[in-house]
Amino acid sequence: MVEKVLMKGNEALAEAALRAGCRFFFGYPITPQTELAAYMAKRMPKAGGVYLQAESEVAAINMVYGASAAGARVMTSSSSPGVSLKGEGISYMIGADLPAVIINVQRGGPGLGGIQPSQADYWMATRAAGHGDGHVIVFAPSTVQEMADLVASAFELGDRYRVPVMILADGMLGQMMEPVALPEPIDSRSLPEKEWATNGHGGKRTHNIVNSLYLVAQQLEDTVVERSQRYARIKDEEQLAETYLTEDAEVVLVAYGAAARISRTAVAKARELGIKAGLIRPVTLWPFPVDTIETVIPVAKSFLTVELSMGQMVEDVRLAVNGRSPVSFFGHTGGVIPTPDEVLVAIQKAAMGEQFDLVPYHTRLTGGAR
Amino acid sequence: MAEHAKMPLNIMLAGFGGQGILFAGKLIAYAGMIDGHEISWLPSYGPEMRGGTANCSVCLSDEAIGSPLVTEPDVLIAMNLPSYERFIDSVKPGGVVIVDETMVGACTMRPDIEYHPVPATEIAENSGLKGLANVLLVGKMLAVTGFSSEKTLHAAIEKSVSAKHLDLIDLNRKAIALGAGIPDSDACTA
Repeated sequence: MVEKVLMKGNEALAEAALRAGCRFFFGYPITPQTELAAYMAKRMPKAGGVYLQAESEVAAINMVYGASAAGARVMTSSSSPGVSLKGEGISYMIGADLPAVIINVQRGGPGLGGIQPSQADYWMATRAAGHGDGHVIVFAPSTVQEMADLVASAFELGDRYRVPVMILADGMLGQMMEPVALPEPIDSRSLPEKEWATNGHGGKRTHNIVNSLYLVAQQLEDTVVERSQRYARIKDEEQLAETYLTEDAEVVLVAYGAAARISRTAVAKARELGIKAGLIRPVTLWPFPVDTIETVIPVAKSFLTVELSMGQMVEDVRLAVNGRSPVSFFGHTGGVIPTPDEVLVAIQKAAMGEQFDLVPYHTRLTGGAR
Repeated sequence: MAEHAKMPLNIMLAGFGGQGILFAGKLIAYAGMIDGHEISWLPSYGPEMRGGTANCSVCLSDEAIGSPLVTEPDVLIAMNLPSYERFIDSVKPGGVVIVDETMVGACTMRPDIEYHPVPATEIAENSGLKGLANVLLVGKMLAVTGFSSEKTLHAAIEKSVSAKHLDLIDLNRKAIALGAGIPDSDACTA
């Protein structure tokens, strides 16, 4: 067995990227993800790669575009406001079919917001990482071990489907330490050659072009439709979710990342009170794991989505449930962390057949077990 | 408290930035990991750390850890008065509170907790262990709760002290032993 080490989530993301063959990192510091860039600054040169602190997030994402176009495994990382800045470059990468791994260690927003943990960028990640008809694959780790494990998956899927992949973490996961068994390093020379890359070839083939500009409407439609067919395959084949006590669950919680950890504790407490609660934890947010939601529909009497936001993923849960059961919401935002007891009160309400959208300052919520 | 701590054990450590709160938490976390428990370590981060208070949540459990944020600690280690005041009311009934009496200088009115004041900073300074009051308090926590063993903590120290400061390993070990042997002061006994 691999010996476990104690690491911050941010450091685990960085080390796992190095082990997945990432040799280019471009970033710009921002709390709460800075340890990731600091780790890369120290380790990347020793690994024979390039670490560069860019002059801005926009510069960093365009450097990522360049390295990816040349066929490299490349990563950038930031936190919420910084990821907004990267939006333009992410859209260009989607349009140019360029893979890369983009880390968002979320903090509270909008605007400069705060620096405490948040999940308020769900919409940005899953709906509009940039302008245009496009998506990025979005992974949502909930342990430091998963921070390490999902990096390799992110690089693999990015290369397979030629799409950017985002890892949507949060300040809690980035800052906390847990034991982690690091994945074995891969030999990056063993990776399949990217035939589309704009690298040197000694005149052996016609030159490749990486571009997102199509001035003829029909050509643009053709590229977008072809890419959407890849998206359809991704939705079919790449959904990931973990379930906890869902077999007989009448109240099914849906939560990801840090909120899933808190919800899991609340579900265990609800079970002690005799409430049949369970948890679906999406590991991919896009594609959203609708198939897993489908498996619990026959038994579930109600759903409860828990997020560190005012309610974003709850829309995807409602789309998946499609009116067959009530879907309620509970959340805190701005960096406030819900307690398991607060979530337990929400579970009790859902178990009694109530449907609600509970956000902070609903006094009726704080009257319970808190 | 019992000879062997019951799991889960949720610990809050708090004090001024620079007192080694995060390091003390890391020692406990590493010891928990070596003992085969599930563990998590979560620091406070942000503006409150600049010249203000720092705190750190450590969870030891035999099951998967949910929220790593400790809101109702089983054990509180407080190294200054603001931290003591901020967290004393959150300690679970029956919980353990260990304070650096040199820095806190307060006595709890709560009858439902185990209160262990020790003048850790003063003892550390008088024993050639300046700056290791934090580790002394981890030693005290070991003696009071039995959450791990001195042997495990020695291994945890080896993992936590950076390679550049190997000379500190012995001092940290001494601080654990010294802390484990300090009796409660009588400052808070009537």
